[in-house]
Amino acid sequence: MVAAMAGDHSVRGSTLTLREVSHRFNFEGQPLPVLDRISLQVGRGEFVAILGPSGCGKSTLLRLVAGLDTPTAGALLTEGREIEAPDPSRVVVFQDPTLYPWRTVWSNVALGLEARGLLRTHRERIEDALRLVGLTGFANAYPHQLSGGMAQRAALARALVNDPTLLILDEPLGQLDSLTRIAMQTELVSLWQRSSFTALLVTHDVEEALLLAGRVIVLSDRPARIKAEVVNSQPYPRHRGNPHFVKLRREVFEHLGLEDAW
Amino acid sequence: MSSVIDEVPRPSEKSGFGFFESSATRSLIGGLSVAVAWSIVAALTAFWPDKPESDWVYTGGFAIACGALALALALAAFAGVRFVAFQRLQRVAPWLFALGLFLAAWEAVTAKLGLLPLPFFPPPQAIVEVVIDDWGRLAEGIFASARLLATGYFLGAALGFVTGVAIGWSRLAGYWIHPVLRFIGPLPATAWLPLAFFVFPSSFSASIFLIALATGFPVTVLTWSGVACVKSAYYDIARTLGATQRFLVLKVAIPAAMPHVFVGLFMGLGNSFAVLVVAEMLGVKAGLGWYLQWAQGWAAYANMYAALLLMAFLCSGLITLLFRFRDRLLSWQKGLVRW
Ligand SMILES: Nc1ncnc2c1ncn2[C@@H]1O[C@H](COP(=O)(O)OP(=O)(O)OP(=O)(O)O)[C@@H](O)[C@H]1O
Ligand SMILES: [Mg+2]
Repeated sequence: MVAAMAGDHSVRGSTLTLREVSHRFNFEGQPLPVLDRISLQVGRGEFVAILGPSGCGKSTLLRLVAGLDTPTAGALLTEGREIEAPDPSRVVVFQDPTLYPWRTVWSNVALGLEARGLLRTHRERIEDALRLVGLTGFANAYPHQLSGGMAQRAALARALVNDPTLLILDEPLGQLDSLTRIAMQTELVSLWQRSSFTALLVTHDVEEALLLAGRVIVLSDRPARIKAEVVNSQPYPRHRGNPHFVKLRREVFEHLGLEDAW
Repeated sequence: MSSVIDEVPRPSEKSGFGFFESSATRSLIGGLSVAVAWSIVAALTAFWPDKPESDWVYTGGFAIACGALALALALAAFAGVRFVAFQRLQRVAPWLFALGLFLAAWEAVTAKLGLLPLPFFPPPQAIVEVVIDDWGRLAEGIFASARLLATGYFLGAALGFVTGVAIGWSRLAGYWIHPVLRFIGPLPATAWLPLAFFVFPSSFSASIFLIALATGFPVTVLTWSGVACVKSAYYDIARTLGATQRFLVLKVAIPAAMPHVFVGLFMGLGNSFAVLVVAEMLGVKAGLGWYLQWAQGWAAYANMYAALLLMAFLCSGLITLLFRFRDRLLSWQKGLVRW
């Protein structure tokens, strides 16, 4: 679907550079350091996953990439230019689906096109995106009529409609059952392969990270530092039972300090 | 399975006559009881002579009207056996029944026994008399009140809404308007009455100002709080999708604030009724409020009751209308309060 929007087959994802990015919040009058000198280089069309313990600062990092907040120190660049404000080329799928309750699923998905005045010319994209996430029959439903997983799929559709060059995913499949989840993972990979955007995925699921991403960044506890980087150059589709996959999975668990857990 | 169970009508919970088996039988018996109650009103009015030296012109007419209603209700009850549509009357049957009993008792203690002092407690036919004989002035009053209320309310609601959005959205507007609102807003609009009546060129425009003020304050405050309460995540979403400021205000802040705005509109409507009546009594010399005042001055209590009844119907009707409008506009909300 997105490939059709792209119109050409060259890699069109944007690059992303993080230079010594640190971030601090104020929490009850005390400074709360959340990110500690994160440096990262993401190439055009790369798929990078970020793993880390809960509350370490993953969502904070993604907000900085989206341009919703500015870092306390360091710089974020895309295509060599500093990220200063949100831009529709960098679309976020937030951890919480946050659909607008006063809009139907269809017009929630239409949000980005409407905001940019593209609704009239690109209307058919909405149908495509809804079909992709399996919500065609629910176009006229209101968010309170959806299940948690359906809301999350609607939020995914709302992002995909905009044909981003950098897709930022904050646990986008967190609330899906394992079957839908596997289907959506496959869908995400083929989508990424077809339209070759750059993808940054935060997940709690080690297998998901290794199934989807070419590179897995492991973060430490808060304040988050980059603890390790695991490269997975296996071709797609990947299989969980593959010995190399199992080896990588063990490696990632060790980096997370959970070598005995699995 | 459960849907099948849900579809079985359970009117016993809805109607007061829950002890009969089939819904058709129940509807028939309920309807006939109501018809009997109204027949009693009719018979009591017609055959029990009014207390001597009282001259109620419409005693006979009132009796005939009640009798006709009883007949119609009986026909509807029989129709309910064949046509399901008529069974809907069942829901209001207990109320119609109670109303019949109330009228019968009222008729008995006023016109028939004279237990309540006149002219303070006229019988029902006296109120019928007012509506029939004085309908011209009542209609004039309704028209005058409606014109005043509509103008003031729409003006106040529109200004309040715009002000509320401005305060909620713009820091500068908040800085300048908020203190004024805090200082002047809580003052009852009626306190401005003496001032308004000599500052404004006409009592009509003064009253519009007062009604608009009474409506505007709650609408402003609630619109503002609605806009201030919008989840920041809603803005984040729109901003990452390329929304302009204009889009954020019109398509995010305002729709998200609408439930609050409606609370303000309801409060404003209630306030506007109060101010309308006071303004009409003290300044405008027209409208239902003025009619009330006039009736009281001439000890025409039947006229007063008639005007009060009309006012109750109109105010309640307007609130209902506003509820309908909200239900339509906010159909996306779960668990709306039904009026
Ligand atoms: N606006 C804020 N003000 C103060 N503290 C904040 C704010 N936002 C986040 N934090 C703190 O920053 C830390 C990191 O939060 P963040 O949401 O980035 O975690 P996360 O890695 O995404 O966690 P999870 O995996 O559970 O989603 C947390 O300790 C949180 O309390
Ligand atoms: Mg998070």
